[in-house]
Amino acid sequence: MSSPHIRRENNSVQRVMAHVLVALVPGIAAYVWQVGAGILVNLAIATLVALAAEAAILALRKRPIAITLTDGSAVVTAWLIALALPSIVPWWLTTIAVLVGIVGAKHLYGGIGQNPFNPAMAAYCTMIVAYPALMSQWPAVGNTDFATQLSLILGGTREIDGLTGATALDAMRTGLRKHEAVSAILANKTAFGAFGGRGWEWIVGGYAVGGLFLLWRRIITWHQPLAFIAGLGLTAALFWVIMPDRFPSPLFHLASGGAMLGAFFIVTDPVTSASTPLGKIIFALGVGIIAWLVRTFGVYPEGVAFGVLLMNIAVPLIDRKTQPSVFGEREEKRP
Amino acid sequence: MSASRFAHLFHFHGGIKPASHKTESNGVPIRAVPLPERLVVPLIQSSRGGARTIVTVGDKVLKGQCIGEAEGKAGTAIHAPTSGTVKEIGRYPMAHPSGLESLAIVIEPDGEERWFEYERLDPEHASREDLILRIQASGIVGMGGATFPSHIKVDNAIDTLILNGAECEPWITCDDRLMRERAADVLTGATLLGRLSGAKRIVVAIEDNKPEAIAAMRAAVRAEELSDKDESEGIEVVPVPARYPQGGEKQLIKVVTGIEVAAGKLATDYGVQCFNVGTAHAVCRALVHGEAMVSRIVTVTGNVERPGNYEVLLGTRVADLLALAGVKPDTDRTLMGGPMMGFTLPSAEAPITKGSNCVIAASPTLFPHRPPEQPCIRCGSCARACPVELQPFELYWHSRAKNFDKAGEYHIFDCIECGCCAFVCPAHIPLVDYFRFAKSEMRAKNEERKAAEQARARFEFRSFRLEREKAEKAARLAAKAAETRAAMAAAQSSEPKADPS
Repeated sequence: MSSPHIRRENNSVQRVMAHVLVALVPGIAAYVWQVGAGILVNLAIATLVALAAEAAILALRKRPIAITLTDGSAVVTAWLIALALPSIVPWWLTTIAVLVGIVGAKHLYGGIGQNPFNPAMAAYCTMIVAYPALMSQWPAVGNTDFATQLSLILGGTREIDGLTGATALDAMRTGLRKHEAVSAILANKTAFGAFGGRGWEWIVGGYAVGGLFLLWRRIITWHQPLAFIAGLGLTAALFWVIMPDRFPSPLFHLASGGAMLGAFFIVTDPVTSASTPLGKIIFALGVGIIAWLVRTFGVYPEGVAFGVLLMNIAVPLIDRKTQPSVFGEREEKRP
Repeated sequence: MSASRFAHLFHFHGGIKPASHKTESNGVPIRAVPLPERLVVPLIQSSRGGARTIVTVGDKVLKGQCIGEAEGKAGTAIHAPTSGTVKEIGRYPMAHPSGLESLAIVIEPDGEERWFEYERLDPEHASREDLILRIQASGIVGMGGATFPSHIKVDNAIDTLILNGAECEPWITCDDRLMRERAADVLTGATLLGRLSGAKRIVVAIEDNKPEAIAAMRAAVRAEELSDKDESEGIEVVPVPARYPQGGEKQLIKVVTGIEVAAGKLATDYGVQCFNVGTAHAVCRALVHGEAMVSRIVTVTGNVERPGNYEVLLGTRVADLLALAGVKPDTDRTLMGGPMMGFTLPSAEAPITKGSNCVIAASPTLFPHRPPEQPCIRCGSCARACPVELQPFELYWHSRAKNFDKAGEYHIFDCIECGCCAFVCPAHIPLVDYFRFAKSEMRAKNEERKAAEQARARFEFRSFRLEREKAEKAARLAAKAAETRAAMAAAQSSEPKADPS
């Protein structure tokens, strides 16, 4: 056996993944409180499918099953997919999404550590392209009847007019298409809370709390969250300052949709993000800017996922061009 | 005390803070080791040069008497660690990861411990050349573990001499005890080294987890009244933060002076040089007391009953030391050096040499075996821990893929193998192993390429030579033919003339 003969204690991939799962708990708790317990069913379905798919494909690839199955990465992917989808999508949609994430985005590229695309975002984008209608049916805040949500998830008839509500991003988008002013849209619709989607603000806040926990535990670094928030927030601010009635405020953008989930749990994925300090910043800044562009000019209400996939493609280039100088390479420093 | 000129220390990137495990062995004074039955003294005990044996079997030798002459400019002499008889000159397994054998002189002690009397040098008046020659003849090499010949190192003009008492590896405490107990000798040695290399200032850098050593060195500085000299010529004891690998040469130079020694450059190019405190002590023993290097302080620790530091004669078997310290039953291997950069000894029969600073009895409880390796998730912990600011995970991907050109582009040869990356890796990847593999493959490839180039050059020259010889031969033949023709022509032309006659 060769050096080093000691290692940091309590340090493992499992521990990293467990931290991410724990960090998602505040957001999930707020989700249950504001939108209903249906999300828990989807989380359970996603977890089971992810573990089964992971085990099956590891067996097919003749890889050791136990060590990878228990590393927690499949569960993290499953939870992120379930949280990215509307919580009342039917079970089969969740299943397909998880299969796309685990089999398509992760294992077909060589498994954990090898995948260029964020599995959760690849799954989300595939679903929104394949099932745009189901993917736009978000449960209305306050209508938290579990029996109804369960029946929808289990494939019940979707008489859903009373159950779903436009998300803040949807309502804003629709209003702007009708050339209404931002202030008028915000005043008229029931979808908005203090600065984002009504009720969803709590969930977004929960994600942010979890993200701060990950920063504190040094599971993630500040680079990606800050750069993502800057990319989305500053771009939004620039246009909002010029034309406040045509472009919603940066706060609105950051508090809506998947911004906070993206900032702390998606752009921070070590495998698919850039890895040098400057690279991380460029990567996440790009995701934030593309998210704003898609939200503002695209055909889909949310753009974080597309931003992530587009920037994933650029990661090898970003990393190569942002290699930090090594010890002794800098200008000689003298006192 | 005057305000520190190094009030502002610098910072090196990364590093780790492993549990220090110093208290196991640093509480007890340095102990002597009973004379072993025999001493196996290797001829090569330096990283750069060896020695040529000058004794034969049966010779009686005195303690400190030269038994191996320094070979070449970089060679360092070796000496009889005690008085006795040369019993054998043969190949013995060495303290090396591969357990390779090397030539050693076996001495049977006579128990008298009689010193060989060298002609004393007066260090105050002897010439610089004589002193440096004496360092070489006394067999002094870097005692921190690198065993670089000190006479080569000191023969460079510098401004700042850093006395390395950082001792950043966990478990090792030999430098700590040395500074606590023999501060005056260490200081004298450092002053001599400083004078020989023309250093204007001497900085004794000690990690702040050794307050007793810092106090002892400071007391020694005050006692010698060295600090009363001109401010710029004084010796200063500077506590540095305890952070591995603080004692790495380049890291320590950065922390103390702010200078980053670039790859391919030497510290002396920047007017700085590091010497280990043990080396300074040995220099003092050699130049002031006329004692060649025959022993060193070794920390024996880990899974033993009586951990501590021992003054060990070079050539003492590791097994003897372990027996002295009392190895506990669940010990499953022996480490030579610290747990971060040391190696597993293939056999405890190997002798202690000049670079052996620490012997650790390892048990699965104290030094758990590495959990199975998992795939890299590019978390970047290794890059944040790397003191050389490399991207170890990139090096890992390229080493694993045998993509050695890429590994080179990512500066794999700057890696100092300190082990910080592997220490922090959550996937338990033995990163240093991958880097050693890649480096050795790259070196081998390089050698192969060089050999192939030489072969091609030889072949081309041979072809050229054959061609040339052919051409020369042809030219010679042509010349000869021309000559013959000319002669014949001359003969023919002379014949008609001859006819009439």
